[in-house]
Amino acid sequence: MASSFLSIEHVCKSFARGQSTTQVLRDINLSIVRGEYVSIIGHSGCGKSTLLNLIAGLTKITTGGIILENKEVNEPGPDRAVVFQNHSLLPWLTTYQNVKLAVDKVFSQSKSRAERHAWTMHNLELVQMVHAKDKLPAEISGGMKQRVGIARALAMEPKVLLLDEPFGALDALTRAHLQDSVMQIHARLGNTVIMITHDVDEAVLLSDRIVMMTNGPSATIGEILDVPLQRPRKRLELSSDPTYLRSREAVMRFLYERHRAPALQAA
Amino acid sequence: MNMPASKFEGAMPLVSAQVASTPATIVPIGIKRPSMSSRALALLAGFAARVIPPVVVIALCLILWEVLCSKPGASLPPPSRVLEETWELIVDPFYDRGGIDKGLFWHLLASLQRVTLGYTLAIIAGVALGTLVGQSVWAMRGLDPLFQVLRTVPPLAWLPLSLAAFRDGQPSAIFVIFITAIWPIIINTAVGIRNIPTDYRNVAAVLRLNQLEFFWKIMIPAAAPYIFTGLRIGIGLSWLAIVAAEMLIGGVGIGFFIWDAWNSSRISEIILALIYVGLIGFMLDRLVAGIGHLATRGTASA
Repeated sequence: MASSFLSIEHVCKSFARGQSTTQVLRDINLSIVRGEYVSIIGHSGCGKSTLLNLIAGLTKITTGGIILENKEVNEPGPDRAVVFQNHSLLPWLTTYQNVKLAVDKVFSQSKSRAERHAWTMHNLELVQMVHAKDKLPAEISGGMKQRVGIARALAMEPKVLLLDEPFGALDALTRAHLQDSVMQIHARLGNTVIMITHDVDEAVLLSDRIVMMTNGPSATIGEILDVPLQRPRKRLELSSDPTYLRSREAVMRFLYERHRAPALQAA
Repeated sequence: MNMPASKFEGAMPLVSAQVASTPATIVPIGIKRPSMSSRALALLAGFAARVIPPVVVIALCLILWEVLCSKPGASLPPPSRVLEETWELIVDPFYDRGGIDKGLFWHLLASLQRVTLGYTLAIIAGVALGTLVGQSVWAMRGLDPLFQVLRTVPPLAWLPLSLAAFRDGQPSAIFVIFITAIWPIIINTAVGIRNIPTDYRNVAAVLRLNQLEFFWKIMIPAAAPYIFTGLRIGIGLSWLAIVAAEMLIGGVGIGFFIWDAWNSSRISEIILALIYVGLIGFMLDRLVAGIGHLATRGTASA
């Protein structure tokens, strides 16, 4: 336990509204090693986004604790950069300025002005967005915005990169393209990534492990699946790979057989 | 019924024949690059389309006015007489014969100075208070009822009170501008601050921006479109209030100029002054809208 990079220990989260309290997450235990790519999958309303917000420190933990490199997480910080579902770029800044804002803040002491500029450009290059560096977010497509969002998060050199359904709002082709980019970046930089998703193929394609959540309220980790596929992974070759298909089936069985969405159960 | 049908049948083979004969050649459509002269002509046409309608309407209004007021016994002068009587004021707005006998430029300048001062103070206080109310639930609960009541007090009702407090016309007029312009600025700023998306707050939290950085880098730009809406309403109200306030406090200023002209029955001068007041009010509005457009990179409506 002590050797793990990020460990989530007995985390519970309840939201109180007036007199009533709703438990969203119950007894979450998970430990993640450095460089690992972990997906969290579950039906909507299972609290997976809440879990990500707890790791990010944006939401306070009710009981239990999250420990990153032997330090407890209790507030947000750039060591756990988040790529938000709807990109959340600041619309009055150009893509360059959006990334630069993060770089300037995080490296205000450790990098010179020229180095900060170079680092900003480097990260835009990493997501292939240098050509649009002077564009405002409103002037670029959804996929491009998300690329910039990823560049901004990467530029903080986070210990853990948190992706909150990063491809959810994109069309299938753009999504595939961006998934490939994320895989390449992960291979190159070896960051530790936690990704929220509701897409089974995405989870299997990208992850080393898939954390499957039971349905809420009081959701918890139902099962953790290892995805023993070699990297680099090729989308096309995998579509007939037996390990891929087996992993995919395991997740599907979990989601649609054992823990069906509440709405589906009612139907 | 028969005619169109037969015509249609006739046309069909012709089309298909053409398609068959040229299977894969791309036929360039004759797009000519517009020459310089034709582009200039198009520009001119666009300009004319925007300028001609208001010119026509103004001309019609002037003619109607001329006809109505040229009758014997008309209480107001027709435009021709207004022009004739105020010609001196129009051609020489810069004369200064001491006291309040100055050209219109000086009157307007004095009014604009008061507005600038009062309005600037209103911006500073309004944005600060709006931010406070938008940020803190307790500040809002405490201050909002007060704001809601005070903002309905007509600007001129403040004048006697401020005269009593300041014992001088100049600061009183500035105070009236201030108190008139501040409410829309406060209210719009507060709404803008309250509507900052949670996402931006989360971004700030992840970056660990401090209070000051959050204020300048997130809050103000995010609320800017709202703030500028308030500023635009504010400048309009300021200009409305200054004329009325100056009528009462006297001295140099367009408001008192109008009042003075009325007392001397120089109706033509009143009309000229009104035209200037309208034009300057319009320009002030466009100025603030333009600054807003630039400052928010087009996200505020101009």
